[in-house]
Amino acid sequence: MTDTRDISRRDFIKSQAAIAAASVAGVTLPTSLLAQAQDQAADPNIRWDKAPCRFCGTGCSVLVGSKDGKVIASQGDPDAPVNRGLNCIKGYFLPKILYGRDRLTRPLLRKWNGRYDKDGDFEAVSWDEAFDVMAEHWKKALKQSMDENKGKSVDEMTSRVGLFGSGQWTVWEGYAASKLLKAGMRSNNLDPNARHCMASAVGAFIRAFGIDEPMGCYDDLEHADVFVLWGANMAEMHPILWSRLTDTRLSKPGCEVHVLSTFQHRCYELADNPIIFAPQTDLAILNYIANYIIQTEAYDKAFIDKHVQFETATTDIGYGLRPEHPLEQQAANAGVGAKKPSSFEAFAKQVAPYTLEYVSELSGVPKDNLLRLAKAYADPNKKVSSFWTMGFNQHTRGVWVNGSCYNVHLLMGKISEPGNSPFSLTGQPSACGTAREVGTFAHRLPADLVVKKPEHRAFSEQVWQLPEGTLNGKVGYHAVLMHRMMKDGLMNCYWQMCNNNMQAAANLNEESYPGWRNPDVFVTVSDPYPTVSAQAADLVLPTSMWVEKEGAYGNAERRTQFWREQTDAPGESKSDLWQIMEFSKRFKVEDVWPPELIEKAPEYAGKSLYEILFTNGEVDKYPFEGKITDARGNEYRNHESRDFGYYVQKGLFEEYRKFNSGPDIIKKGHEMAEFQAYHESRGLRWPVIDGKETLWRFREGYDPHVAAFNPDVEKGDVYFYGNANGRANIIFAPYEPAAESPDEEFDLWLCTGRVLEHWHSGSMTRRVPELYRAVPDAVIYMSKDDAKSRRLRDGQMALIKTRRGQIKARVETRGRNRPPNGLVFVPWFDANRLVNKLTLDATDPLSKETDYKKCACRVERV
Amino acid sequence: MHRRDFLTGLARTAAGVGLMGLGLGLYSRRAASLPAWALRPPGALPEADFDGACIRCGLCVRDCPFDMLHLARLGQDIPTGTPYFVAREAGCEMCEDIPCVKACPTQALDHGLTDINDADMGLAVVSDQEACIAFQGLRCEVCFNICPIRGEAITLEYRRNTRSGKHALFIPVVHSDRCTGCGKCEEACILEEAAIKVLPRHLIQGKLGEHYRLGWDEQQRAGGALVTPDAEHRYNLPEGMRYDHGGEGLIEAPDDAPFSDNPLDTLNGGGAL
Repeated sequence: MTDTRDISRRDFIKSQAAIAAASVAGVTLPTSLLAQAQDQAADPNIRWDKAPCRFCGTGCSVLVGSKDGKVIASQGDPDAPVNRGLNCIKGYFLPKILYGRDRLTRPLLRKWNGRYDKDGDFEAVSWDEAFDVMAEHWKKALKQSMDENKGKSVDEMTSRVGLFGSGQWTVWEGYAASKLLKAGMRSNNLDPNARHCMASAVGAFIRAFGIDEPMGCYDDLEHADVFVLWGANMAEMHPILWSRLTDTRLSKPGCEVHVLSTFQHRCYELADNPIIFAPQTDLAILNYIANYIIQTEAYDKAFIDKHVQFETATTDIGYGLRPEHPLEQQAANAGVGAKKPSSFEAFAKQVAPYTLEYVSELSGVPKDNLLRLAKAYADPNKKVSSFWTMGFNQHTRGVWVNGSCYNVHLLMGKISEPGNSPFSLTGQPSACGTAREVGTFAHRLPADLVVKKPEHRAFSEQVWQLPEGTLNGKVGYHAVLMHRMMKDGLMNCYWQMCNNNMQAAANLNEESYPGWRNPDVFVTVSDPYPTVSAQAADLVLPTSMWVEKEGAYGNAERRTQFWREQTDAPGESKSDLWQIMEFSKRFKVEDVWPPELIEKAPEYAGKSLYEILFTNGEVDKYPFEGKITDARGNEYRNHESRDFGYYVQKGLFEEYRKFNSGPDIIKKGHEMAEFQAYHESRGLRWPVIDGKETLWRFREGYDPHVAAFNPDVEKGDVYFYGNANGRANIIFAPYEPAAESPDEEFDLWLCTGRVLEHWHSGSMTRRVPELYRAVPDAVIYMSKDDAKSRRLRDGQMALIKTRRGQIKARVETRGRNRPPNGLVFVPWFDANRLVNKLTLDATDPLSKETDYKKCACRVERV
Repeated sequence: MHRRDFLTGLARTAAGVGLMGLGLGLYSRRAASLPAWALRPPGALPEADFDGACIRCGLCVRDCPFDMLHLARLGQDIPTGTPYFVAREAGCEMCEDIPCVKACPTQALDHGLTDINDADMGLAVVSDQEACIAFQGLRCEVCFNICPIRGEAITLEYRRNTRSGKHALFIPVVHSDRCTGCGKCEEACILEEAAIKVLPRHLIQGKLGEHYRLGWDEQQRAGGALVTPDAEHRYNLPEGMRYDHGGEGLIEAPDDAPFSDNPLDTLNGGGAL
């Protein structure tokens, strides 16, 4: 080997750059240069391994450096296709999130005089005591549910226990939770925080395409000519994707960026067509574009004739509030999702009233901007990618507005090919991989199956080795309904994992807090840190996070990524997976199933849920050798496998694959590779068929399912195989107003959201001193005029009030977000200023996702 | 030796020389060598004048609503009793009503300063482009985001990331005509040592030669060319090519014109007839 000691740092950087450039270009370099670089880079005392970033749905890969059992270093993974070595400011600080000074290390239970007491103070207890007390409450509630369900069919069963999970759970944590709740306890009260985040997107995917998740992938970012951002602040929320979009805008002639939002944010720095619209009028703008496309006859007639079916949505569907709320009483069709068949002609008539004049007036957007946007979509020679996130999803008409965007793409046939992509971005690192694909929602089962369909339940029962009729056929309580049910005393046990719903859920004062503190409810929170939720809980369980466990995430482009356990968690912390499996040992099947069900599977009598669900011959199929070894011989721990005695993650994943990759699956299109393949790659985009990833779905050549479903398909043509007729649905939905609009008393719109520096509720990022210093407090972003007219100046503390509560925060008129007059924006990361005391728990009646972007408030001097 | 220590050391040496030359009676003159890391409140007179005008009353420190101003203590390298702040610890919040200036009884903080955006406490400089992660393509931009004169004192320059080939760089650029030296960028920089620092303007600001002008700036300022524009240029070109004098240069003309350049082709071709 060449002596490398003489290589200066500059030469080293140069040779690294040459290698990076060469690997991009597919060039082979002389081995001596490679050896030099590798030799220099390798610090023999640091063990490097890959892991996806803990934070957003982008799914950047990082290399995690451990030494003496601690994570001491990180770097952007230069070989990861998503980020090529880059990170955002949160990813830069990943190792620090593990080592906040106030990590929880022992289970903590509220006690008084040595016994559990809902009004007691938290005291450290053993895992045994924690689970004993918890199981006692759960058994009581389950018994009551069993009594209440006596004589009912499976379609009518309810349950008094629920688990609130996460789009930040690992794939197997979600899968194990689904088994415990749905298969073991026969409760469909399992919902993820992705309900607050992605549910509207899911609803629209299923309604339009019959199958969840985007057809495109991040390569659309390099192939589009036109980018349209609908309620997505990618510059802050998907930072690395934004730098890819920006690069395309800088380098591709004719590329243009249209940005739509209700206030000006960082993306407007790059906007060729900046559009600020009045809240809720995005529905009307999309119908205007559809109308423009039809009026100018720009639509792709051949595509429509062959691949599209027209439908119309039921209207006046209410706002997902409590049934007694006046708005629900007034709604003609509260909660009705049914669609009626329609036609191109009928659709054209329905969108005809959405003229340029009308929509410009309604939305407050100048005609020129609207016209420019419509022309971009209608130009047959321009490839258009639309991106959206919470602006569309957190919307009382979220499913509609997602769907109306598909309408525009489908009218033009601009879909399922490089650069032509309606792209729903996910917020969370595994909203797709865990919440959606595993199906940890109140209505779902793995791989797009649903609890309502008997054939889906039957298939799941077969995979899970359950007697026929075990699975509950009634949709369980969704996130928002859980809080209402707790407040009403109809759900008595609640376990929150891997998120912070007391801070995250809307209407804290009227629903969340009274629900959690109801004396008839027992709340368990599993978290690494003492969050606002933990403060409101009865039992707090210390939890291993991120690389303190072996994990898998699925990002927004259908990419599944694995990582190994890199370090021990502090104290007695255990992963959510360990907690779910260990807790299942506390239940005998007799505690949860009625005798007539056990009779159908007499071999289960006397067994624990752990035995039925986990040591079932499948999950415990793969031996654990005491360590996990990578291809380079590095060794890793795996605390769950050590404690349970088999390779837990592999067993769970391989059983899960029976839902998406087995020979007899009901819904094709979610195929995944074998477990080990993911440890050997920077993720694979599903469907993975014969080891090959799928980049663009529904198009022949890119997606092998197309020819399998439709052997007559023409080369390069599309086939929407998620629907039985192979067609995508264009569904007309009108503009309907928001649930609560400003009036004389509460004269401003309140919109909430995130900032680049903090992840969600800040439980991790606010414990990184540098990030805390960069953005310490949530502020009220408002216009200078609105501040002035309220005699407020920049930096002054102000009171912000709604019908539900009030908080104090400083006024910011010169910051990164510039609302128009009449709207204020407040981030929700700040545990000291709980903006969800203000928000309204109105949801999309179809997706049950809360609208965090629109309610009425007022701002006053303190 | 750290750079800051070095700068501080320089200041000390200068101060020491001053003391020896001028004697202890002029102790307060040491202010002329105020350490580079110590910044004066908004509106502070030039250092030599400030030292004379400041009566060490401490009212500006008292009236700062954010408690980021300090009074120098005996033994510090700053004239005792005078107000200062350290950007890395806490920058000036740039209050619109400038209470520190209003509190000053002597005009040491110039009451003529009525718009905080006109303050000149120092100048920010991206002092370490190797350490600043924005130059590597990471998405940080904390200095840009926290800057109170948003989009003017610090802007982001978009560049292509030639290393990754797919991403853009968002490079922070400080504009000396708008930066007030409030120090919020240095305070917020997320690195272990800030890569953006606020220093006294005279220590860091360069100056273009008196004789030279930037042509594009001058043209913009004048609203047009300073000398008569060229007559139209014409070029010898093969068919299908154009040449754009002021812009792209050689351009392949699009071949989607509905008619041939030669009218005879149209007349003799028949077309849709």
